[in-house]
Amino acid sequence: MSIVEKFASMDYGPAPEDSKDARAWLDQHGRRFGHFIAGKQHKPAAEEYFDTNDPATGEKLASVAQGSPVDVHAAVNAAGAALPKWQKLGPHARARYLYALARLVQKHARRLAVLETLDNGKPIRESRDIDIPLVARHFYHHAGWAQLLEQEFPGFAPCGVVGQIIPWNFPLLMLAWKIAPALAAGNTVVLKPAEFTPLTALAFAELCSEAGLPAGVVNIVTGDGSTGEALVKHPGVHKIAFTGSTEVGRAIRKATAESRKKLSLELGGKSPFIVFEDADLDSAVEGLVDGIWLNQGQVCCAGSRLLMQESIAEPLLAKLRARMATLRIGSPLDKAVDIGAIVAPVQLDRIQRLVAQGVAEGAACWQPPTPLPAKGLFYPPTLLTGVHPTSIVAQQEIFGPVLAAMTFRTPAEAVELANNSVYGLAASVWSESVNVALHVAAQLKAGVVWVNSTNLFDAACGFGGYRESGYGREGGREGMLEYLEPVWFQKAPARPKAKLPKAAASGIEKTGAPAIDRTVKLYIGGKQARPDSGYSMEVRDARGIRLGEAPLGNRKDIRNAVEAARKAGSWGKATAHNRAQVLYYIAENFSARAAEIAARLAAITGKKQAEAEVRLGIERIFSYAAWADKFDGAVHNPPFRNISIAMNEPIGTVGIVCPAEAPLLGFLSLVMPAIACGNTVVAVPSEAYPLIAGDLYQVFDTSDFPGGVVNIVIGHAGELIKTLAEHADVDALWCFGDDALCATAKSLSASNLKQVFTNQGRAIDLFHVEQGEGRWYLQHATQVKNIWVPYGE
Amino acid sequence: MPAKENSGTGTLAKQDAHAPETIATLEGQPLGPNRGMPLNLDWVRAVRVNTSAVERRAQTLITRRTVKKDWQAAWLLRAISCMDLTTLSGDDTEERVRRLCAKARRPLRQDLVERLGIAEMNLTVAAVCVYHTFVETAVRALEGSGIHVAAVSAGFPAGLSPLAERVAEIRRSVEAGAHEIDIVITRAHVFNGNWQALYDEIAAFKQACGVAHMKAILGTGDLLTLRNVGRASVVAMMAGADFIKTSTGKEPTNATLPVGLVMTRAIRHYAQETGMAVGFKPAGGIRTAKQSLDWLALIKEELGPSWLRAEMFRFGASGMLGDIERQLEHHATGRYSADFRHPLA
Repeated sequence: MSIVEKFASMDYGPAPEDSKDARAWLDQHGRRFGHFIAGKQHKPAAEEYFDTNDPATGEKLASVAQGSPVDVHAAVNAAGAALPKWQKLGPHARARYLYALARLVQKHARRLAVLETLDNGKPIRESRDIDIPLVARHFYHHAGWAQLLEQEFPGFAPCGVVGQIIPWNFPLLMLAWKIAPALAAGNTVVLKPAEFTPLTALAFAELCSEAGLPAGVVNIVTGDGSTGEALVKHPGVHKIAFTGSTEVGRAIRKATAESRKKLSLELGGKSPFIVFEDADLDSAVEGLVDGIWLNQGQVCCAGSRLLMQESIAEPLLAKLRARMATLRIGSPLDKAVDIGAIVAPVQLDRIQRLVAQGVAEGAACWQPPTPLPAKGLFYPPTLLTGVHPTSIVAQQEIFGPVLAAMTFRTPAEAVELANNSVYGLAASVWSESVNVALHVAAQLKAGVVWVNSTNLFDAACGFGGYRESGYGREGGREGMLEYLEPVWFQKAPARPKAKLPKAAASGIEKTGAPAIDRTVKLYIGGKQARPDSGYSMEVRDARGIRLGEAPLGNRKDIRNAVEAARKAGSWGKATAHNRAQVLYYIAENFSARAAEIAARLAAITGKKQAEAEVRLGIERIFSYAAWADKFDGAVHNPPFRNISIAMNEPIGTVGIVCPAEAPLLGFLSLVMPAIACGNTVVAVPSEAYPLIAGDLYQVFDTSDFPGGVVNIVIGHAGELIKTLAEHADVDALWCFGDDALCATAKSLSASNLKQVFTNQGRAIDLFHVEQGEGRWYLQHATQVKNIWVPYGE
Repeated sequence: MPAKENSGTGTLAKQDAHAPETIATLEGQPLGPNRGMPLNLDWVRAVRVNTSAVERRAQTLITRRTVKKDWQAAWLLRAISCMDLTTLSGDDTEERVRRLCAKARRPLRQDLVERLGIAEMNLTVAAVCVYHTFVETAVRALEGSGIHVAAVSAGFPAGLSPLAERVAEIRRSVEAGAHEIDIVITRAHVFNGNWQALYDEIAAFKQACGVAHMKAILGTGDLLTLRNVGRASVVAMMAGADFIKTSTGKEPTNATLPVGLVMTRAIRHYAQETGMAVGFKPAGGIRTAKQSLDWLALIKEELGPSWLRAEMFRFGASGMLGDIERQLEHHATGRYSADFRHPLA
């Protein structure tokens, strides 16, 4: 075709990115890769390899080692061996290494981008302009955290050896999100890249060598799910960080339940993209392009549920269809292509199956007439309209270029529809009214909310989800905390086994008329309640002498308590000042009754401890009254013109199984931070002295405390914790007990992936202020929501 | 390619019983020339522009699209064919204008034309843009070339002389033979939200233009907010502008891609609502070949290929041609060029 003809057609023509250098790099390695362990290429023990392919062409790119448990063991050992020296190096030296890695990523940016596109199928524009620059940015930012570690995180220590498992959708970027904070905090790492996309991780391993990173600080083990499983289960790993599917996240939660491994999960999503009638509709359409057609929609936070205000639904859809028709689908290496290849046949099958099911359920499917390449794994951008919340395409994560559109009438309905999901990763809100946008953003159950924007990421801003989208944050200060633990916590000894006093002969002295029988009840929804079972349990003092009965709560009482707690959700919306007032008032009323409460408690704990518990208990309430309006969030500094607000939000309903050993102080040390932050609580008091509940609720009842904010169900912790852990409407579970109790909490929590906070079977000295109160508790009582608000006129 | 005669555009005067001619298509729909419409204030007030989102689209649009090799050469030639070669300086003289007209006729060195194999195209720029004083000079110099003469008018660049004088100025330029009139709007009407006054003014200019093609310069660098740009665009189209144009070239900032995005989206919306097509002219600050490709990609993406013609799209530029010539020489020879190797405009 001549230039004259091209002048007439004004087509774009091909614009291929040269993949020569990336292929030469593969050739240099003979197109075969071992693991990277202790700074060296490491042949797989079983001599097994698997292929990694270019999804756009089907071409085999290389053979990659299949990691066996033996290989994982070698890698964990290498990381463990490297740990002492790495920690001794100190913050500044570690900062230098991270800085060098940032620089090296930039120096090899194009080769890494091309390699990523070859292995993953994403358009070169994205790997070149989004993935790789963000990788470099992540290492720069965390070079900074490495440098500032001691000033900014005093009293914290790294977890140790960290096992990290990452997905195939942003292979090198997810590696950076995992490795940079881990190293900055002083951990060493064993990382398993996704089976479909291992190449850039192996290229990164070479950069580690080039940077002179000490051997064993970063280890890469390639393989499939079984390799990941071996890593998760390895006893030498102190923390697991996982990004991937919710199902695998659940399995990891269960698999690590009996260990003391710290865990962070970044899982799936079905993120809403909400467009109000006063939005800039053309810009919202571009937002959708960035939201659901970035990386072929294979993005955990993809805006896959379009919620449109009814009045603008038709014009918006018309604009959207027109825009979809201009999306260019083709070779991911073409610089002017918008939609590349789907990563693997299994993923393409899943997309096709879910769309077919959505259509069978009544959705109308629209795809632009753009032809697909003859070979390779491609799927067109797809719009499903007439979708209802009941449809599978409105509920399940498709992980493909498929948008499900629905309408709403009012902001309240938008929020309701948006939150009608088991997920809670991200959300996008489009409105020209700052009132509407922020009002809605505040109500969304999502870890990230983008106002008039979408899919913005930065190392300075935490990323992570609510609900079954996982827990923990990546990026920013909140992300660093995932790789750190309080030093005192690491040093705490194992908790001694709790002993309930054995029955002894009654020693109650009879003098004249008997004391009036005292009946302690459950406390649900601000009212005293008899237990559903109609049974009571005996309570004995330290000598084993019977003190009286306590009600025996069961699963139905827990159900009722959770319902009451959920109804009291407005507590979280009350002002922090208001919560502080209530807490102070509780302290005031508590103080008035201090002597009698201490006297009763003394029968169990002895006079000295009882008095200490009461005295410190009042102080603790004061502390959290003080904290209520001071545990505030942050404004982050990403390199955009916008305000990124990191808000500490309450988690919701928190189940709390109190430690047996300090009946009063234990209860207050856990319940007070939870409610100070706006959560509502279902508490199971100390099994050793549950009668404390009777004193507590009488104080609550006189303190203007809204009913249902704290509910108390007395009973056997080992039983009640199961109901709490499995309850889908409990958002977090706190458990301070022995290893077995903690393990039960963690394992059963997997059903809805609620956040679990335990003492990890350690003995925590609640009488010690450093261990018994403060930010560590508040951090567990909140989740961070990052709201991005670009501005400009 | 520019229209070879001065009749290819619709005007108010041309309305008759015939079916309106099709001057462009959008998403498969044929569009007629802009006949204007009554001022619709609801529409004007409903214009929403989110600045950050528009900037983001503008930034990424040019990284999403690129043209290489022969396609790039073809696109650069297209840029030349859509160019209003402009001189608007206080030191302009007749001879300076004649020199510009000569360049307009032969924008590329003949040896390059031959190497590129485009002799059959008879490539020229679309128009030469001058002050009223030089309209006759330019008309004479361009006789027989098919190249239009555009006059800036209506109190260019500030637009603050009395309305009657501005209207008279337009008439004089049309009488002198200008095919196209680039008018400036009263920016104060935008700041004051006085849309009726803005509409009336532009409609008066349009009437004065008669058969000449009217480009309405919004002075986007003065308007400052993108929402103002969006609203002024809509009013100008309702008042009958054949083209909307970004800048005079004299404002502190001239044509930027975000402004271009807002104006092209306004044109698209207007076309969808009315079935009438309005052209677009970014002007000022466009100096490089790369920028010309970015703008062409923006037009292709937002309005479609139908707008990639001189009838619907113009560059207002003086310096850009030199860079395009260098790039085309590089394309033809494989060697980087120098500006002194190309004849001056």
